[in-house]
Amino acid sequence: MLVHLNNYIKKFILSILIAAVPFSVFPEEKKVDLIKTDWSFDGIFGTFDRSSLQRGYQVYQEVCSGCHSVQHLSYRNLLEKGGPEFSTDEVKAIASQFEVEDGPNSEGEMFMRTAKLSDKFVKPYPNVEASTAANGGAYPPDMSVLAKARAGGANYLYSLLMGYGDTPEGLKLDDGVYYNKYMSGNKIMMSEPLSEGIVEYSDGTVPTKAQLAKDVTTFLVWASEPHLESQHKMGFKAIIYLILLITLVYMSKQKVWSRFGSKNEEEKEETFDKVERVITKYEGENPKTFK
Amino acid sequence: MSEENYIPKNKLAKWFDSRLPLLTLSHHLKSYPTPKNLNYWWTFGGILTFCLITQIITGLVLAMHYVAHVDHAFESIEHIMRDVNYGWLIRYVHANGASMFFLAVYIHIFRSLYYGSYKAPREVIWIIGLIIYILMMATAFMGYVLPWGQMSFWGATVITNLFSAIPLIGESITTWLWGGFSVDNPTLNRFYSLHYLLPFLTVGLVILHIWALHVPGNNNPIGIDVKKNTNETMPFHPYMVMKDLLALLFFILVFLWFVFFAPNVLGHPDNYIEANPLVTPAHIVPEWYLLPFYAILRAIPSKLGGVIFMFAAIFILMLLPWLDSSKVRSATFRPIYKKFFWLLVFVVILLGYLGAKPPEGIYLILSRLATTYYFVHFLILLPVLGRYEKTDPLPMSISDPVLDKPGVLDTVKKITSEYEGENAGSFK
Repeated sequence: MLVHLNNYIKKFILSILIAAVPFSVFPEEKKVDLIKTDWSFDGIFGTFDRSSLQRGYQVYQEVCSGCHSVQHLSYRNLLEKGGPEFSTDEVKAIASQFEVEDGPNSEGEMFMRTAKLSDKFVKPYPNVEASTAANGGAYPPDMSVLAKARAGGANYLYSLLMGYGDTPEGLKLDDGVYYNKYMSGNKIMMSEPLSEGIVEYSDGTVPTKAQLAKDVTTFLVWASEPHLESQHKMGFKAIIYLILLITLVYMSKQKVWSRFGSKNEEEKEETFDKVERVITKYEGENPKTFK
Repeated sequence: MSEENYIPKNKLAKWFDSRLPLLTLSHHLKSYPTPKNLNYWWTFGGILTFCLITQIITGLVLAMHYVAHVDHAFESIEHIMRDVNYGWLIRYVHANGASMFFLAVYIHIFRSLYYGSYKAPREVIWIIGLIIYILMMATAFMGYVLPWGQMSFWGATVITNLFSAIPLIGESITTWLWGGFSVDNPTLNRFYSLHYLLPFLTVGLVILHIWALHVPGNNNPIGIDVKKNTNETMPFHPYMVMKDLLALLFFILVFLWFVFFAPNVLGHPDNYIEANPLVTPAHIVPEWYLLPFYAILRAIPSKLGGVIFMFAAIFILMLLPWLDSSKVRSATFRPIYKKFFWLLVFVVILLGYLGAKPPEGIYLILSRLATTYYFVHFLILLPVLGRYEKTDPLPMSISDPVLDKPGVLDTVKKITSEYEGENAGSFK
């Protein structure tokens, strides 16, 4: 009876697999493939394209920042290594355009002052509620870690920015709701933010929609992972170091184990000798017949 | 530890050792006899110790910068990621370290299942190991709540709500766990406190686990008893230390690959959205290492039933040494058990997959089938198999398989038994 078990098990697994195949599509939501782009920051050696980051900041500043905050970035981050690497003067100029509340002063009063390098990016609204109220009931998410907070990351952000289009027939949209191919449910409350020429690049890059989307996505990926470049660099070094170490440890291990191995070898031979002696006694002179 | 007669040579050392035998302990750890045929599946004990230490050290540093408050937790994590020197590295090691810890512990547990390491005389090691595993799950669950992202909040809500399924007192227990009427600041604070405490309990249990191991000694791939301090064993140092180290380095290679090149792959993107009690995520899923139990929980139509079965799925393992009635330890010599073992591996992975899917349609049907098999495997198959399975003949010693010429063994055994008559066992 038990001999057949093997077959039963195989049949069981097989029937589960077969049963799963036709249904596997059934409960899944329809998934739209994201637009795949070659990002400079992908892969082991990935780094940011400096000029793309600088342009991306410009797009953020001129287009997104009216509604979206990036509350975990500080102005100083813009000049730090691995980021857009604006010059100190440039960043000071950027920061000086903003006013932040400080205080209390010695009279106990809060006061406004010009932003410094150490200040966080100034938010367009004081809090989530104000932001939601001002945007027709939809909160424009903070973009500090947005690239990590969406499945698909950079590709998703890029696809979303490029995913606006004509509303398909039969789909009814309320006022203030827009069609987007990549948004879940295809409905988004942000009107199409990018269009050709909405930003004027100073470095001569043509501000096509795709270019704008690419630059701002790069900026957002950096904003959510400002240490990505040092992460990749250190990772590469660590892996190389480990491979060398593994080689050395492997050789040492072989060397150490060979001590035991040789002892082992002797024992094995001893055993065989014993066996042979036994066999000789048993079979007489002609041990060759054994085996 | 009685087999040693270690006396330090140095006078001062001798004086000290007779008062606190730390040197004897260290000598024991060095010379601890291990079977020479241990394979690389046996290196995961050392790897797990490394994981625990790594989690404690990185956790200690994170605790210096983390703020356990609903208004600041998420922000303080971003502070760690951005402004603390190498904070991103420490956090990614800690977060991925949890996944690696579970990866290693699952391999360790399945190794034990395959080679029958839970059987007499190692039942206590097994049970302590399971308690460690349960502590690990509790620690990991509470750790996942600390970043106060969407999955943190809703995961905590779902899991703590399970206790409300207990009849009569369930609601009160849940309120007591929360420290309020929903998951909120008091919940976060107590989870942080317990998340800090449990690893140290785990350290204590790990010491007991190793202590319990050192009494009977290691099981081995052949599963028969080894004769200690013969050519069948080798001292732990340097042989096993070198082998464990080599395996550990390979493990670290995989670990670091995740840390540096895919640090967020094992987490859920929603946890980078700050917790919002007013917005429920589309699918609430736990971390991957808890998914099989999550699938069992949802496979049962009643809430209380689901909770009972989920906990039963863990606690049933405690009875394993008595459920498995076979005297043969290693699956190498159990042709039928071996098949069921791999079926169990398949079913657990399937449950993990199903745990990540919505509980509807075919996913639910498969979850129920897999859950049924999980319990049938332990409650019916193992007790029955031990009785009816025809196992392969066991070798006389672990050295036998080393005599690698095929057929030699059987011939030798035949000849010696004829030569020595009845008393074949005495031949060496």
